[in-house]
Amino acid sequence: MLKFTAEHEWLKLEGDVATVGITQHAADQLGDLVFVELPEVGASFEKNGEAATVESVKAASDVYCPLSGEIVEINEAITSDPSLVNSNPQGAGWFFKLKLSNVADADDLMDEAAYKELIG
Amino acid sequence: MTDTGPLLSTPLHALHLSLGARMVPFAGYDMPVQYPAGVMKEHLHTRAKAGLFDVSHMGQVIVKAQSGTFEDAALALETLVPVDILGLKPGRQRYGFFTDEKGGILDDLMLANRGDHLFVVVNAACKSADIAHMQANLAGCSVTPIKDRALIALQGPAAEAVLASLNADVTAMSFMDVRDVTLVGADCIVSRSGYSGEDGFEISVPADKAEDLARALLAHSDCEPIGLGARDSLRLEAGLCLYGNDIDTLTSPIEASLEWAIQKARRLGGAREGGFPGADRILREVTNGTLRRRVGLKPDGKAPVRAHARLFADAEGAHDLGEVTSGTFGPSVEGPVAMGYVPVSHASPGTQIFAEVRGKYLPVTVSALPFITPTYKR
Repeated sequence: MLKFTAEHEWLKLEGDVATVGITQHAADQLGDLVFVELPEVGASFEKNGEAATVESVKAASDVYCPLSGEIVEINEAITSDPSLVNSNPQGAGWFFKLKLSNVADADDLMDEAAYKELIG
Repeated sequence: MTDTGPLLSTPLHALHLSLGARMVPFAGYDMPVQYPAGVMKEHLHTRAKAGLFDVSHMGQVIVKAQSGTFEDAALALETLVPVDILGLKPGRQRYGFFTDEKGGILDDLMLANRGDHLFVVVNAACKSADIAHMQANLAGCSVTPIKDRALIALQGPAAEAVLASLNADVTAMSFMDVRDVTLVGADCIVSRSGYSGEDGFEISVPADKAEDLARALLAHSDCEPIGLGARDSLRLEAGLCLYGNDIDTLTSPIEASLEWAIQKARRLGGAREGGFPGADRILREVTNGTLRRRVGLKPDGKAPVRAHARLFADAEGAHDLGEVTSGTFGPSVEGPVAMGYVPVSHASPGTQIFAEVRGKYLPVTVSALPFITPTYKR
């Protein structure tokens, strides 16, 4: 099941673990990424906590944790090659896997149709 | 600068939109920050071939003495700018800055000897203040803003070939030469200069011919449009200051490592020593040095260190040294690059210091500027 946030993150839910990344729209808006800083495995975040940082040539931006939970895996491939986020943000450019504190929280997020409407 | 009133647009505004530019407000103008290629590709293209930049937001000004001689205009402007302007030969251009009574920098500028007058180019954000400053203080001179001309920069190793495809006369020009050149049937003022560290030209063109000229240059297969994003990363790699970031009224020219721009004639013992605002401090600093200096900073890791990051002598953040004034990722350097101010005790290239980024103290090495090897045609 694919869900989206108003902060332009996507979540792919499998059981109580969500793979999280930023949307194509967000990657396009940020432009060429040159640096990604990911959280540590085992770190816990509240919803909307600052979980990761991405930097383009021009500016740094925070990536928020879309739901409360614990980081169980990170995608080191994007720290060694941040351009993966630009070329494939909803595939090889994923950020981290989050074990949700409460799976039902995901029900409040947008589905793909609602997100597409948001970004116009 | 405060954002009041509607954004201004340059004569190339419609062209930017037709090229798919992403537009942002900059110094009161609606300007292209990037085109569809993106900042990274635009930057690398400029260093590999040729990039076209719209810099029409900058102020173009004619300073002319009532006597009609260049010498009188030069001597008048020397009262505001600590540069040997009188010694500038016809058809030559020089970098300079307006200083204030405290020895700070009001703006930086380019000035050219155009035979019977001076042609001055100032920063967009400062232009109304600069014009008022000159009008109030240049006795016996008229100070006339040029409002009917655009300014286009063409930068990169292929810039000469691209511009020569419109008029081969430009190949005879050297770095900092300024000439009248006819391009696409328009009377243009062309200087061999720029803000990228590359060979290139800056072209003052009548506003109604600006789009024709830009399209003619872009028709060359080596020439692509470049936005303000890449303009910033190019100038930072080249070690060039951005007014408002790296220099301002709180930095003196010597603190800013710009003493090379103050020629012998204006220094102590020179033919026209002093005689500009803040001369006491600035000339004393030429001799005695300063407590702090602008230096290049090369972060050891991959994280960019941005403007306003604090700099420390130690990895614990105990001994504060100063602040980063510009910082970004350098696409040609393939890593982060920055500039900032540190005490002279920590200003030697190779000195390891630390920058605070998101609560961490990242190692940074003080580096010689520029970060790239300029390709100016001397």
